[in-house]
Amino acid sequence: MNYYKNALLVLEDGSVFEGFSFGYESSTSGELVFNTGMVGYVEALTDPSYYGQLLISTYPQVGNYGVPAANSGMSGRYESARIQARAFILNSYSAQFDHWSSKRSLGDWLKDEKTVGLFGLDTRALTRHLRDKGAMLAKIIIDERDVPFYDPNKAFLLPEVSVEEKMIHGQGAKKIALLDCGCKRSIIANLLNDKTTVVQLPYNAPLEMDRYDGLVISSGPGDPGQYQSLLPGIIKALSSGKPVMGICLGHQLMARAVGAATYKLKFGHRGQNQPVRETSGNTCFVTSQNHGFAVQSDTLPPEWQSMYINLNDESNEGIIHKTEPYFSVQFHPEAAPGPHDTRFLFERFFKLLQI
Amino acid sequence: MSQKPGKVLILGSAALKIGEAGEFDYSGSQAIKALREEGIHTVLINPNIATIQTSDHLADQVYFLPVTAYFVEKVIAREKPDSIMLAFGGQTALNTGLELYKNGVLEKYNVRILGTAAEVILDTEDRDLFVKRLREIDVKVARSYVAESVAEALDMAGRIGYPVMVRIAFALGGLGSGICADEKALKEKAEKAFNHTPQILVEENLWGWKEIEYEVVRDRFNNCLTICNMENLDPMGIHTGESIVVAPSQTLDNQDYHLLREVAIKVIQHLGVVGECNIQYAYDPHSRDYRVIEVNARLSRSSALASKATGYPLAFVAAKLGLGYGLHQLRNSVTQSTSAFFEPALDYVVVKMPRWDLRKFRKVSYSIGSSMKSVGEVMAIGKTFEEAIQKAIRMLETGPLGFAGESFSFDDIPRALSIPTDIRLFAVAEALRRGMSVDEIHGHSFINRWFLYRLKGLIQLERELSALEKPPGKDFLLQLKRAGFSDKQIARIIGGKEAEVRDWREQHGLFPSIKQIDTLAAEYPAQTNYLYFSYHGQESDVDAFEEETVLILGSGSYRIGSSVEFDWCAVNTGRTLRKLGYKTIMLNYNPETVSTDYDEFDMLLFDEISTEAVVELFRQLKPSGVILSVGGQIPNNLAVPLKEAGIPILGTPPESIDRAENRRHFSHMLDSLGIDQPLWQELDNVDSAVKFARDTGYPVLVRPSYVLSGAAMAVAANEAELRTYLQKAVELSPDHPTVISKFYQNAKEIEYDAVARNGEIIIYAISEHVENAGVHSGDATLVLPPQRTYLETIRRIRRIGQKIAKNLKITGPMNIQFLAKNNQVKVIECNVRASRSFPFVSKIMRKNFIDLAARAIMHRDISSQVPTLFELDYVGVKAPQFSFTRLEGADPVLGVEMASTGEVGCLGEDFNEAFLKALLSVGYRLPIKSMLVSSGSIESKAELLESLHLFKKSGIQFFATEGTAKFMRANGFNVQTLHWPLEKKKPNCIDYIRDGMVDMVINIPKNFQQDELSNGYLIRRAAADYNVMLFTNRQLVQRLAEALSTKTMEDLKIESWESYR
Repeated sequence: MNYYKNALLVLEDGSVFEGFSFGYESSTSGELVFNTGMVGYVEALTDPSYYGQLLISTYPQVGNYGVPAANSGMSGRYESARIQARAFILNSYSAQFDHWSSKRSLGDWLKDEKTVGLFGLDTRALTRHLRDKGAMLAKIIIDERDVPFYDPNKAFLLPEVSVEEKMIHGQGAKKIALLDCGCKRSIIANLLNDKTTVVQLPYNAPLEMDRYDGLVISSGPGDPGQYQSLLPGIIKALSSGKPVMGICLGHQLMARAVGAATYKLKFGHRGQNQPVRETSGNTCFVTSQNHGFAVQSDTLPPEWQSMYINLNDESNEGIIHKTEPYFSVQFHPEAAPGPHDTRFLFERFFKLLQI
Repeated sequence: MSQKPGKVLILGSAALKIGEAGEFDYSGSQAIKALREEGIHTVLINPNIATIQTSDHLADQVYFLPVTAYFVEKVIAREKPDSIMLAFGGQTALNTGLELYKNGVLEKYNVRILGTAAEVILDTEDRDLFVKRLREIDVKVARSYVAESVAEALDMAGRIGYPVMVRIAFALGGLGSGICADEKALKEKAEKAFNHTPQILVEENLWGWKEIEYEVVRDRFNNCLTICNMENLDPMGIHTGESIVVAPSQTLDNQDYHLLREVAIKVIQHLGVVGECNIQYAYDPHSRDYRVIEVNARLSRSSALASKATGYPLAFVAAKLGLGYGLHQLRNSVTQSTSAFFEPALDYVVVKMPRWDLRKFRKVSYSIGSSMKSVGEVMAIGKTFEEAIQKAIRMLETGPLGFAGESFSFDDIPRALSIPTDIRLFAVAEALRRGMSVDEIHGHSFINRWFLYRLKGLIQLERELSALEKPPGKDFLLQLKRAGFSDKQIARIIGGKEAEVRDWREQHGLFPSIKQIDTLAAEYPAQTNYLYFSYHGQESDVDAFEEETVLILGSGSYRIGSSVEFDWCAVNTGRTLRKLGYKTIMLNYNPETVSTDYDEFDMLLFDEISTEAVVELFRQLKPSGVILSVGGQIPNNLAVPLKEAGIPILGTPPESIDRAENRRHFSHMLDSLGIDQPLWQELDNVDSAVKFARDTGYPVLVRPSYVLSGAAMAVAANEAELRTYLQKAVELSPDHPTVISKFYQNAKEIEYDAVARNGEIIIYAISEHVENAGVHSGDATLVLPPQRTYLETIRRIRRIGQKIAKNLKITGPMNIQFLAKNNQVKVIECNVRASRSFPFVSKIMRKNFIDLAARAIMHRDISSQVPTLFELDYVGVKAPQFSFTRLEGADPVLGVEMASTGEVGCLGEDFNEAFLKALLSVGYRLPIKSMLVSSGSIESKAELLESLHLFKKSGIQFFATEGTAKFMRANGFNVQTLHWPLEKKKPNCIDYIRDGMVDMVINIPKNFQQDELSNGYLIRRAAADYNVMLFTNRQLVQRLAEALSTKTMEDLKIESWESYR
């Protein structure tokens, strides 16, 4: 039997939960959030949107199918080159796994990537706590080594998650600029085909729209309010007349660029079962989501309209320009992890690009 | 919304049978609720009188009539519904509906099918069409060919290469499906199959692939959801109804999960299902390759399971979608605040296990495969697979207290792993115990290693525990509890007592948390109390009610002898208590029930029905007492242990329950009250039993205590048999006394159901059996009011009933079985609980016995008028449903141990009418044009003579085996002789049965029980295998002959329940 060290999860409000460490044995801190997805821990942990967060899985028994070898290309289950979350918190951990594609256990992977793993907690009690009190900061104490709380929403995180240099993917005729705010590889994979080239730009690169046929603003971590410096470039792009698509953080940034407000949700939407409906009509989709902030629909300027709403809490899930080829969505059409119901949005973007 | 229907006809699934059980009572009830909420008039056809859906508070009109095209058409003509729902009554309803669609009846009467269109159902039901439709969208379907003859099947198998999988379309529960290793096996299987179906499928063999299911819903706006996915622990090759199923899937990664989800949605959209459907996959364990196996465009056993596993009310939603609603227009009924358009997120693990009763049958094969044999199922919920599966094993109530700590002996472990049987899981345990590696076990069984690793952990804990020399410490005890070990299981492993382990837990403060199922993994608060226990929690999600609360124990898994009737009792108890102002808690774990619907009670604790669970429930939820007399034998058996644990039991005192259940105490009591009973003796030792038998004369009846449905009860005709049965009885019920008694032949058996308060009878019903004593009451045909019982007999029965009730201080339901011969009345059994016939007598007499029982138990006044038997001017007949066709090899004969899986109850102006309706409801067919008669002894031949003369008048063509033919000819019959099966000469009985040349077989067995491979057995088995009507009881034949001589189909009146008042 493996021996697991005791560890403490200490919340900002003083609550303490006890568990066992199964990952990297070092204290850490961040924003405590929960995800209700039942599969997809490899995809989730490598999603840059979780940067600086301590991620709770509400699904109780995790690690069952292990972890595959890292992929360097855009298709595969690693959404970035490394684990982005600071800790993974479980009810029960499966050290032994069985899946043809897997090479190591979840615990070994966390250790290799210096990420904390915690199990043996009542994750439902923890989730209810966050649901009632709202998302909050927390720290995990291992070997009694205390660390300060860390609030990723008060930091400018983009340098941590964006590419340092421009990267070019594919060699198709249509050039799509991708503003990398912590982009997932599946977004790139979904944009790539034999007719497209994706130019992945660092968050602070100038958006020279005359050199591109369209723009995608990626998902990413943190409070969109922290990223005011990106807005002028986006505002400019939104006057180019060229197709622009925003995803998650990209959606919030687009909304802010056109003057709408964003606000912090009590505990965010993180899961693979978030229902959205087309604002006009009866068509609904199940979507993958991972965000703590949302766009306030009633602050949209008149030339924009709400495109999708969340069926559970009626929060905004997408906006679209009434005449120009710009739209953005709060959810993740690239899925990974999650359902593929809204992958057609990439097709819609291609259509705008006349592909 | 499209135009709303005004009157909807709903078809039920008739009697419970293997492959079609209680799940359809649940789905039908939900559908009716959904329609009622809309103010739509509902008409239900279902002869299953024990169901909740046929209660008077649900459908506006109920017809206790066969679900066949003939009767449904008659009801349509009478009721003139504008719409019909086919998806809620299993394959029976679907097939009947399709027949009415195809023969133009629906069109003729202008009846619209709500939900999925008939064409779409046909696409999914006809395998050839189905494959074609799926190929249109490049969805991979298992390579398969349709064969319409044996020769064709052989040809196709040649093309695919052996082994091949044979599947049968239009069949419930995959009847007769299976893997054929070679031409000979295929030939045999195909011949049998073509008796039930015009076509079979010969398919590529996907043995060892993972088997995965998704439940999908779609509305008319093309919005789709997958509500739940499920993974079978047993890989492909074993019917999903026979598999251990885990929800959600455990070994699929994100890509696997969403690939299959996407295919499911693509398929349902392409087919155009509106409502619910189930899709089954084979999934390659070594790649992302898949095959679609099957799509069921109706509510199914899996959808009932998925509803319970997730809290998403699939049947209710499907009914609403059928009316034209969109998913987004409906609310999530658990949260009340969020949308019904969402996919449940589970924060727990669910394990379903099938319950088999194979060991009740003689000669039956214990191997399980691609056709269904199980009679019920259990569902366990835990935070981990280990916690859930150990609970599930206990819930089966077949003896084992969990995966660990149980020793089964296997001669050949690899074989026991590779050839699945009802106890394969314990072969895995034994293999692990003997140190076989996970890889090797996987190699034999193909069970995914992840499951095996988890199971291995349990065996490691077992080893650590049994090596302990002192009580386990707090940490280890918690580890055990989290892994699903029960107190009793721990006690068994260390050789201690359950109460001792409970003491240790109490000392350490280790108690389970009560967790809620809320469909959204705690993201939104739930308004319903759908709960389970887990030791993985630090807090409970709910608190005790402020108001007075009563706990009601449900029936547990359906099994032979305990079925939907107890669900009816439990649900009705809850309804009455709520009316009386109590808060109610239901404890049950059967996913096929209405009682496990989270809105039937104020709280539903979906967990084990055990002393431990009840004690923990009382600790936290603080009910004022528990009712254990309405859920059948399982709760009843807890009377003494619960009393010892200090739990307040409502109703009849537990001491009385013990006096009735304990054969010795009960027999003594009868003696002291001067109530006659068959001569009896308690078993001290085998020799004294043998002496008793010699003195009183054979046959004698061997009866263990505290058993259900006559388990291990047997009639011994001689000393050798007696010794064997005594051994069995002692093994089955070692803690309780076994009694032997004189077995009386040619006596009538009478059923007495009653409700008492403080020992005073409030209401009673007396029903007589058609069959003479010796046929288990659950297998007997019941008549109410009695037609052939002397008034004096009835008077005596009433007096004895009152005496017993008084002496046992009964408060609540009770049931007594009597033998009657020439006004001599003997008591053979008494149950101080609701019986199987409670719903039947309640519905026939139009007085809810359970409602009265619940009021009596709560010491409320019972003021309303109670009807008496003599006021009824119609007759009710309850008939058993057998599932012998599915139980390969089982001898289809009636005895003292119960064998039927379900029942129906029908009404008529007289016995003959009700009787014929009941027979037609359980699958008998009219007209009968030819019959094979094969009767054992000369006495039985003579006794049959009168019946045969009656049959002769209706122009029936007779075939008979040699002796019977000779006898019949001598009595003036024109009869053709057929050779015995073992004679291997033509013309042979077996050929005639197989080729459908006889409509009916009468075979009266010579002995009560015989184990050799006899001619009689082969004839009976052939009748079961080839679906030919079989009669093995003389009284039944006689009544059939009489009925047919006075009635034809046209004489059977189409009347609703309401018109019999």
